[in-house]
Amino acid sequence: MLSSKHFFLLPALLTLIAIILFPLLFTIRVSFSSWDVFQSGLDFIGGKNYGRVFEDERFWQSLGRLSLLSLISVSLQYTLGFALALSVWKQVRGGRFLRVIFLIPMMTTPVVMSVIWRTVFHESLGPANDILSMFGIGAVPWLSSATGAFISVLIVEVWQWTPFMFLLLLAGLVSLPREPYLAAAIDGASTWRTFWQVTFPLMAPITIGALIIRLIEASKIMDTVYVLTSGGPGTATETSSYYIYIRGLRDFQIGYSAALSLVYLVIMIVSLTVIAKLLLRILVGKVG
Amino acid sequence: MKYKFTTSASALALITAAACPAYAEDYSRFGIEKDLPGTCSYAAIDAKDYSGRTLNIITHAIPVIGEPTALHAEQFAELTGAEVNVVHVPFGDLFQRIMIPFQSEQNAYDVMFYPSLWIGDFSRFLAPVPEAYVNSTGMSDVTPSFTGVATWNGQMIQYPMDGDRHYLKFRTDIFDNAEVQAKYLADTGNDLTVPATWEEYNQVAAYFNASDWDGDGELNYGSAEVAKRDDLMFSAFISRAAPYAKHPDVQGGFFFDLETMEPLINTPGFVRGLELFIEAQASFPPGGTNFGLGDEIFSFGGGQTLMSYSWDDAYIQANQEDSRIRSMVAAAPLPGASEVWNRTTGEWDTFETPNRAPYMTWGWSSAVSSMSQEQEMGFDFLCFFSNEANAEHDMQIGRFGVNPYRNSHFDVEYWKGQGWADKTAQTYVTTLSEMEQSQNRVFDLRVPGVSQFMSSMANGVAEAMAGQKTAQDALDDVAKEWSEIADRIGKDRLREAYANVVTLEDNEG
Repeated sequence: MLSSKHFFLLPALLTLIAIILFPLLFTIRVSFSSWDVFQSGLDFIGGKNYGRVFEDERFWQSLGRLSLLSLISVSLQYTLGFALALSVWKQVRGGRFLRVIFLIPMMTTPVVMSVIWRTVFHESLGPANDILSMFGIGAVPWLSSATGAFISVLIVEVWQWTPFMFLLLLAGLVSLPREPYLAAAIDGASTWRTFWQVTFPLMAPITIGALIIRLIEASKIMDTVYVLTSGGPGTATETSSYYIYIRGLRDFQIGYSAALSLVYLVIMIVSLTVIAKLLLRILVGKVG
Repeated sequence: MKYKFTTSASALALITAAACPAYAEDYSRFGIEKDLPGTCSYAAIDAKDYSGRTLNIITHAIPVIGEPTALHAEQFAELTGAEVNVVHVPFGDLFQRIMIPFQSEQNAYDVMFYPSLWIGDFSRFLAPVPEAYVNSTGMSDVTPSFTGVATWNGQMIQYPMDGDRHYLKFRTDIFDNAEVQAKYLADTGNDLTVPATWEEYNQVAAYFNASDWDGDGELNYGSAEVAKRDDLMFSAFISRAAPYAKHPDVQGGFFFDLETMEPLINTPGFVRGLELFIEAQASFPPGGTNFGLGDEIFSFGGGQTLMSYSWDDAYIQANQEDSRIRSMVAAAPLPGASEVWNRTTGEWDTFETPNRAPYMTWGWSSAVSSMSQEQEMGFDFLCFFSNEANAEHDMQIGRFGVNPYRNSHFDVEYWKGQGWADKTAQTYVTTLSEMEQSQNRVFDLRVPGVSQFMSSMANGVAEAMAGQKTAQDALDDVAKEWSEIADRIGKDRLREAYANVVTLEDNEG
């Protein structure tokens, strides 16, 4: 039964309702309305908006593009982050300084960095092509070709978020027990074998956590795309969140963009749950 | 009743203010050369007292329009004693920041600055401009085009403070160079003239592309255009398609058939315009297909490209004191078309003199909210913002984004006074003022949901430019989406709004 001690939960409960529950319920309600630039208010149009979502080819294409972008960028971030973490794990000269340097990209504002990267990739005035020309490589259409733009977005994402992966993996590495390494050393295991047989399996739980966190974040990519390519050329770099932004805030199709957001949310919850289960089976199952 | 009271109070105030023996006081401390006579001159506004009252304004981020808003708000506060709050919002947020309070019936802002093409969305929330301001000295000098842009169903509801249009800009040091002309003739068999059609534009751009024609050791290019999908590229496309799709003898709609409200965006005229836009990409500077307006300004204004077309910014940048191409640029009407699609006959008509369809595009505007409790002060502020001295001052500063919109702004001597060469000033004024005389102008699609239509069109054009679809397929998809949007809005509501645009285009206003 309720007692006075339960009232202490009230502030947290109210905060939860205000911050999470109300916006979510309101979004669900809005998604069943035709709230638009010419129709304000919450009328009820049933599942029309959801019907539109399933016929919206551009949304599904953007989702496919986002999946590809997220998988590639998070894989690269993980690989590079792990390599960097390993490089400063053991005591190395200037290790502390390197740790700070590695974290700088993550601490900068994505929009500001995207503006700087856009300047770097500027095809006639930017330094990227200037540097390449010193090696006899011709001008690369960084932002004006579909492949170039996709790779550019990927580079910025990897540059910005590898430090996050580095931070998590380094925290995991420093907390590993010493005993398995002593045993491996006594058995005469090579560095390579020690990594695959000891470090990698022991890091599995933190790897799964880091990958899932980054996949969640990567799937929301919006500011980099907005500044760097505006989703172009054509729709080559248009991601789901950028598309929802266009429909919601540019076109002011509030009801429809709410439906898009919820469909997107459900897809993300389902797919990330499946990915987490798979990773558990592959990485932790292997240890077991 | 309230409106009548406001109107008569405003009229009285304006008459009283205008009657003040005014111009003795020195207002140069406000950064203007001198106060100029007019209904809302510094002296007239100085005579008003709004102490203890507050005016809330929403405007664009600094500098474009945001900087002059902040400047004149500060001046207005000092002159009248009012408290003036200015909220600056980035462009991507501006629409929703104005629209959400409107839709939720909150009186958040008294005065708004926004792109004039949003009038179809905002019209029902705006206070009509009172007669006293419609008859003010500044307003009576506004050109018919921009008076028309501010008018909705026969009533002025926006307060003009900027005039925008697209026109051609080109390098005179190349086009007027006898050696270059001779070489061009020898190489191509054609005279080097300012392009009269978009086909000629593409040919000239291609000829001068990727060569160091200004001898500075760097490669130059043919054309800089706004081609980035969500960065006003829709305006560039309309400029290119207009002369092929806007037949001077066919009335009743450019974007839609006013009678049926069927989209015309995939008709052959628009398709031809898009095909030529796609072709022109070969003459863009590296990365030019991703150029937004800022890049276009920088590319042409910085001397990288031979030609460009868009708003005044690149022209003004090219003629600034520190510009290395100062006085080497001139203006001309947008290229036209020798063949124009006649949607009545369903055939291409041939024109001996190329058909021109000047595009009066975009432009900033301002308005007072109908929910405002300070409408009189709001209109006084807008009248002051655009008074004769302020307008003259603001036009000289490129980053302010205020361009000619009054008959008195088409004055060659004024622009020569800014240090412009004779030809630069002469062609600028002639080009702009001739657009006012044109009987075949194109205006923005100023209807409810304009952003949805333009966003859909920009996406289709971008897909074709990127080679993802053919021009016809891309525009067919745009037409399909436009029909769906029209169905959602309601064709009758759309038709009623679109009639305002057609009135302007068919010169019935």
